[in-house]
Amino acid sequence: MKFIPHTSEEQRQMMNELEIKKLEELFQELPDEIKINKDINIPGPLSELEVARQLKKIAEKNKTVDQLTSFLGAGAYDHYIPSAVQHILSRSEFYTAYTPYQPEVSQGVLQSIFEFQSMICELTGMDVANASMYDGASATAEAALMASAATRRTKVLISKAVHPEYRQVLLTYAGGPELQVEEIDYNQGCTEIEKLKQSMDKDVAAVIIQQPNFFGSLEDLKAFADVVHEHKALMVTCADPVSLALITSPGSCGADIVVGEGQGLGIPMAYGGPHLGYMACTKKLMRRMPGRIVGETVDNKGQRGFVLTLQAREQHIRREKATSNICSNQALCALAATVHLSLMGPKGLRQVAEQCLQKAHYTYEQIINLLGYQPVWSVPFFKEFVVKVPQSPAEINNRLLEKGIIGGLDLGRYYPELEDHMLFCVTETRTREEIDRLVALLGGDVK
Amino acid sequence: MTEPLIFELSRPGREGIQLPDNDVPAKAVNELLPADMLRQQELQLPETSELDTVRHFTRLSRMNYGVDVGFYPLGSCTMKYNPKICEDAANLPGFTRLHPYQPEETVQGALELMYQTQNYLAEITGMDAMSLQPAAGAHGELTGLLIIKAYLKSKGEKRNKVIVPDSAHGTNPATATLAGFDVVTVKSDLRGNVDVEALREEVDGNTAALMLTNPNTLGLFEENIVQIAEIVHDAGGLLYYDGANMNAIMGITSPGDMGFDVVHLNLHKTFSTPHGGGGPGSGPVGVKAELEPFLPKPLVIRDKEFYKLYYDLPLSIGKMRSFYASFGVVVKAYTYLISQGVVGLKSVSEHAVLNANYLMRRLAGHLNIPFDRTCMHEFVCNPRGLKENGVRTLDLAKRMLDYGYHPPTIYFPLIVEEVMMMEPTETENKETLDEFADNVVKILQEAVEDPEKVKAAPHDTPVGRLDEVTAARNPVLRYSKK
Repeated sequence: MKFIPHTSEEQRQMMNELEIKKLEELFQELPDEIKINKDINIPGPLSELEVARQLKKIAEKNKTVDQLTSFLGAGAYDHYIPSAVQHILSRSEFYTAYTPYQPEVSQGVLQSIFEFQSMICELTGMDVANASMYDGASATAEAALMASAATRRTKVLISKAVHPEYRQVLLTYAGGPELQVEEIDYNQGCTEIEKLKQSMDKDVAAVIIQQPNFFGSLEDLKAFADVVHEHKALMVTCADPVSLALITSPGSCGADIVVGEGQGLGIPMAYGGPHLGYMACTKKLMRRMPGRIVGETVDNKGQRGFVLTLQAREQHIRREKATSNICSNQALCALAATVHLSLMGPKGLRQVAEQCLQKAHYTYEQIINLLGYQPVWSVPFFKEFVVKVPQSPAEINNRLLEKGIIGGLDLGRYYPELEDHMLFCVTETRTREEIDRLVALLGGDVK
Repeated sequence: MTEPLIFELSRPGREGIQLPDNDVPAKAVNELLPADMLRQQELQLPETSELDTVRHFTRLSRMNYGVDVGFYPLGSCTMKYNPKICEDAANLPGFTRLHPYQPEETVQGALELMYQTQNYLAEITGMDAMSLQPAAGAHGELTGLLIIKAYLKSKGEKRNKVIVPDSAHGTNPATATLAGFDVVTVKSDLRGNVDVEALREEVDGNTAALMLTNPNTLGLFEENIVQIAEIVHDAGGLLYYDGANMNAIMGITSPGDMGFDVVHLNLHKTFSTPHGGGGPGSGPVGVKAELEPFLPKPLVIRDKEFYKLYYDLPLSIGKMRSFYASFGVVVKAYTYLISQGVVGLKSVSEHAVLNANYLMRRLAGHLNIPFDRTCMHEFVCNPRGLKENGVRTLDLAKRMLDYGYHPPTIYFPLIVEEVMMMEPTETENKETLDEFADNVVKILQEAVEDPEKVKAAPHDTPVGRLDEVTAARNPVLRYSKK
C-alpha cells in the first residue's frame, strides 16, 4: 500500500527545486560506513486486500472470549462495552490528534479529559485526578515514586495481596531511585494489619493496598489508613473503579493517592493492552502528580475553555527535575471510559457492580457445594474469589478448555503456598446458563 | 462556540443503557457485604440518554483538530496519515476479545503477530532483540536506561552519569533522573551537531550512557556519529538511541549501523499508529545481543511451530507494565509494516526528507533557517524582524489556526530562539506544501502590516486564546455542582 501521494512529475519538480537528481542525494551527509548494505527482512509491500486477508487469517488463529466462555479476571475484565463507545472513538478528529498543545483547536480532547478527571474524582472520592497513566501497574509504581518525593522517605510497603504483576512493576521502577520495597503478608485472604504495624517505621513513604485485592477480597481500608497516617506515611490504594459504584470510596477511607486500572470502563481486554491507568490524589499532593492535567479557564471573550495546566511539574518544562518522565498517556482510552461512564450513569454502573457481586457469589456457592472444592477464606468479596480445588488447576483447566470454557487462574503460578487454588472471576456478562455449565463440568458430585 | 459539560446535560432518572435482568438468585447486598463497606452516597455521574451522549461527544470531536482534518506539521511528532485498514485490523474481535491470561494454545495468532513484529522492528533498527512491552516513548526510554543500569551492575560497574545534548527532548533528562542517574548536558556546535570536543571532555569512566536522537531535534543528521560512538564506547559507556526521528532513516541507515546499543521506537510516530489525542502509544525497545538478557519479561519466542511467552530471563530488569504490550497498537504497526515492506519503508523515509527539504526551500527566503544544511524529515526556523512589531512565534502559530492548519512545534528545541519546528511527513502532497508555504508568507506579511490582527489570533476557532496563567494559579480541575 502506498500512502505517498507524489506523482512522478511532482517528485521531479520538487527535486528540481532542490537541485538534486536522485533522492539519495538528500542523504549525502550520512557517512558511507553507516549506510545499510544488507537485505532487511520485512515482507511486503502488500495491497490493502492482501493485508486484510493476512490479518484476518492471523486473528482467526485465536480463540476469543466470545467463542469460549471465560472465568478469568486478575486485572483484565470482560465487562460489557456499549456500542456507542467504539463509534465515538472512531471519530478521527479524536484519534488522529496529538497531545492538545494548541488548546483552541483541541477543546474536544481537553474537555473530555476534564470530564474524565471529574468522574475519576467522583468514583475515588479524591480532589484531583490526572489525564491518565499507561496502566494500573505503572500508575501504582508512579504513586510510590510520588509518595517518596512528597515525604522524602525511601521505603515502600506493598501488600502481597496486590496483583503480582503490579508488585513486579513496582520493583522494576524502584530500581531507578533505589527505593526499598517490602511486602506485607496476607492472612485469610486480606492484608494482615498486624504485619503492617510491625513493618511501619519513619522511613516508610507509602503503603500500597489493592481494593478489592488480587484475590477479590475487600480490604478494611480505613483501619490501614489509620496505621499509615499515624506514621506520617501516605496511603496508596489501587482500586477497581467498577467496584466503587458499590463500595465506599478509598477517599472516604483516608487514601492519599488512588490509582488503578480503568480497562473495565469500556476498554477491550485486547490481550493485555492498551488499557487505562488512572491516578487521583488529595489537593495537598496535586503539584506532585505525574502526567498531564487539564484545567478550566476562560478565553479572551470570556467563554469557558480548557487547557493543559500545572505544567511546571512536567518533563518538557522541568527536564531532569520533573515529577515523572511521562509524556504520551492513554488519552483515547480515557475518552472511552468517559463515554462509557456517561452511558452507564450512576444507575447503570451500580447495576453492573451489583450483578458482578450477585453472580460471583452465586458461582462461589455452587462451586463450594461440589465434592472436593473447598472454601478457603470467609471474607467479603466482589467479583472474584478463591477456592481450593481437588486436582491440579492445570488439569481442571485443560478439561474445561476441551468443553469451550476458560477456567480460573492457577494461583500457584504466583503464590507457591496457594498451589491447588484457583481464582475465578464472574462479571455481569456471564449468564446463569454459562455458570451452571462451568459448575457441571468442574466435576465432582454435589456434597 | 462552546459545549456544556456532560454533567450539565444530566437529568435525574434519564438512562443511557439497559442491562439484562440479573438471572441468578439474588441476595440482599447487605447480606453479601458488610454495611460499613457499602457506598453511602449515590455517585454523581451524568444521567443522559444514548443520543445525548453521542451528540455531546460528536460535538466535542468537531472542536478537535486531527490529521484527518488537515495539515499537521508538528515537528518531532510525525503526524503522518494513519491508514484505516490498521484501525480495522486492531478492531477485529480475534484481537480485541482476548484475555491476557488465556492459554497459549488459544492465542497463537496474537503471539505470532507479536513475534513477527519483534523481528521486523529488530531488522529495521539493526538490533538483535526487541521487547514490545513499553507503553510509550518515555516508557521505552526508562526501560532502556534500566537495562543499561542492570547491564553495568552485572559487570560490577557503578557509573552514574547520563549525557544528553542540549537539544534533547525533555523526556531524556527526566528519564535519566527517574532511572537514578545524574544528568549532564552537552552543548551543540554551530552546525547543529553535538559538540564533539565538549563531549570528549564530558565522557569519562563514570559515564553510563549518551542519549541521542539522530537525526537530532534540529532535524539534522549527527554527521560525527561514528566518532561519537567511538568516544562513548572507548570510555566503557553505552549509546542510547531515542527513536523519535526514525521516520527519516528507515532502510537507509539504522541505529545498529550507527553504533547504538539500545533503541526505543515510537510506533505512534514512525509506524503510523494514531496518537489518540495524547495516547495510547507504544515504545518497543531493542538491544544488541550483549544486553538481551536484561530485557523485560516476557519475550515472545517460537518453539518449532508453537509461539510462547518466555519468562526464563534471570537477569531481566523485571516488568514495566502489566501483561505484555499495548497489543492493539502493535497490531496497527504490524499491519503498517507488511503494507509497506522494506521497499515501502525506505521510500517513506526518502519522501519524508524530500518533503521537509522542499518546504524548507519554499520558506527559506521568508524565515530564518539557522542551519544552512540539508535537513532530514524536519527542520527548524524562526521569524526575523518581527520583534519591533511585538509579534512572536506564538502569534504566528495562533494565526495559522485561522488558516486551517495545526501549527508546527514551537519553542522547542530550547536552543533556538523563537523557534518553529516543521515536520510535513511523507504523506502530504505538493499542493498542500505549496499552499502552506504561501499562507505562511501571507501571515508574515500580516505580521508587518496588521500586527494586532496576528497578536489577537486565532479568530475563527471554537474558543479564542485561553488564559493559561489563571488556569495554573487557581486550578479548577473537576466539575462541581454549582
